[in-house]
Amino acid sequence: MSAEATTPVIAEVPSFAVTLMVRRYNPEVDSEPKWQDYDLTMYGTDRVLDALHKIKWEVDGSLSFRRSCAHGVCGSDAMRINGRNRLACKTLIKDLDLSQPIYVEPIKGLEVEKDLIVDMNPFYQAYRDIKPFLIASDKPEKERIQSAADRERFDDTTKCILCAACTTSCPVFWTDGQYFGPAAIVNAHRFIFDSRDEAAEVRLDILNDKEGVWRCRTTFNCTEACPRGIQVTRAIAEVKQAVLRGRA
Amino acid sequence: MEIVIETPNSPRKRKGANWEKYGWMYMRISGAVLIVLIFGHLIVNLWDKGVGAIDFAFVAGKWTNPFWQVWDVLMLWLALIHGTNGMRTITNDYAEKEWVRKTLNITLWVVCGALIILGTLVATTFDPCIDPNAVNYLPTVCK
Ligand code: HEM
Ligand code: SF4
Ligand code: FES
Repeated sequence: MSAEATTPVIAEVPSFAVTLMVRRYNPEVDSEPKWQDYDLTMYGTDRVLDALHKIKWEVDGSLSFRRSCAHGVCGSDAMRINGRNRLACKTLIKDLDLSQPIYVEPIKGLEVEKDLIVDMNPFYQAYRDIKPFLIASDKPEKERIQSAADRERFDDTTKCILCAACTTSCPVFWTDGQYFGPAAIVNAHRFIFDSRDEAAEVRLDILNDKEGVWRCRTTFNCTEACPRGIQVTRAIAEVKQAVLRGRA
Repeated sequence: MEIVIETPNSPRKRKGANWEKYGWMYMRISGAVLIVLIFGHLIVNLWDKGVGAIDFAFVAGKWTNPFWQVWDVLMLWLALIHGTNGMRTITNDYAEKEWVRKTLNITLWVVCGALIILGTLVATTFDPCIDPNAVNYLPTVCK
C-alpha cells in the first residue's frame, strides 16, 4: 500500500452563519433587560456554549454567564434557549432551527443579577430545606449494605446535577415563587426511597407543606427540561403517594 | 471550626392550618365522581331530543323524582366546591399581595356557599305544579 492511499481525507467541518439574540442586563446601567444580536460563524460541532464563548472572547468581554465543566456535569449553564430550558454545553447549534435567530435568556423565576446570571439562593434554599444528606442512626463504621433492587428504587433521582432547569421551567414556580420546586422534590426523593436512610417521614412532612408537593399540577415541563433525562414529574408523583401513605 | 451556611431570605412562611393534602385528594375523588354525574346529566338531558326538549316541564318532571334531586344536588355540591377550590389554587398562584389573595379567596368561598345554599334549596323545595292556570307548561304529574 502506498502512503497516499492511506492518508485519510479529512473533510472540512461545515460552517454556517447564525444570529444569537442574547438577553442582556447590566444592573449598573440598564433599567431593564434588552435583547442584543450577534452574528457569528459557527461549526457543526459547536454548542450554544461555544457561541457564548466566542462572543465573550472575541466580541464583547462584558457578556456574563456561568459555566464550569462545559460537559453537562456541573449544572452551571442552564439557560432558556429558544424558549426551552437547556444546558448551553449540551445543545448543539446545528440541532436548533437556524432559519431564525437563536434566543438565549436567563432561566425564569429567579432574579437576574447580570445577563444570563440569576440569583440561585432561593433554589438552593429549597434544596437545603429537604435535608439532602443521609440520615442514619448507626455509626458509619462499616459499609451500609444495600441490595441492587433497593439501589435501583431511587437510581433515577441520583442523577440530578442541580442545574435548576426543571424548577425554572415550572409555571407554578414562576407565579408562586415560594413553591419548593421540582429539583428539591427530586433530591428529597433520592433520600426518601433510599433503604439506608431513616428520615423519610421527616422529609415527607416537610414536603406536605402548603408550598410542597401539592402545588405540583403535573404539567411535565420539568421532565421535558431535565438535561439528565430524569423522570421528574414521576418522582414528584411518587413523593405525593408516599405522603399519602405516610411512609416511603 | 464550625461551618455555618447562612440562610438567605427564604419566603416559605405561609402559616395556618394546612389542608393542601385533603384539597388534592378532594379534586381527584370529586373529579372521578363528576365524570359519571356530568356525563350522565348531559346524556339524559340531551341525547334523545336535543337541547330544544328542555323546558320547565322537563326540569320540573325530573325533580319530582328523588333520584334526580339527589343526583343534581350532589353534582351541585361536588362541582362548586371542586371549581372553587381550583380557583383558590389559581389565586394562590397569581395573587402577589397577601390582602388581594385573602380577599379573592374569601369572596370565592362566600359565592360558593351562597350558590350551594340557593341551589340546594331550589332542588329540594321545588314545587313542580307551581301555577295551576298554566297546565300546558307543567309536568304530567300536575295534570
Ligand atoms: C368532568 C369531571 C372533572 C374532572 C375529572 C376534574 C378533574 C380535575 C382535577 C384532577 C383537578 C386538579 C388538577 C391538578 O391539581 O393539577 C382539577 C382542577 C380544576 N377543576 Fe376540575 N374536574 C372536573 C370537572 C370540573 C368542573 C365541572 C369545574 C368547574 C365548576 C372544574 C373546575 C376546575 C378548576 C377551576 C380547577 C383548577 C385548575 C388549576 O389548578 O389550574 N372541574 N379538575
Ligand atoms: S432534576 Fe434535572 S433539571 Fe432538575 S435540577 Fe436536577 S438535573 Fe437539573
Ligand atoms: S458547564 Fe457544566 S453542565 Fe454545562
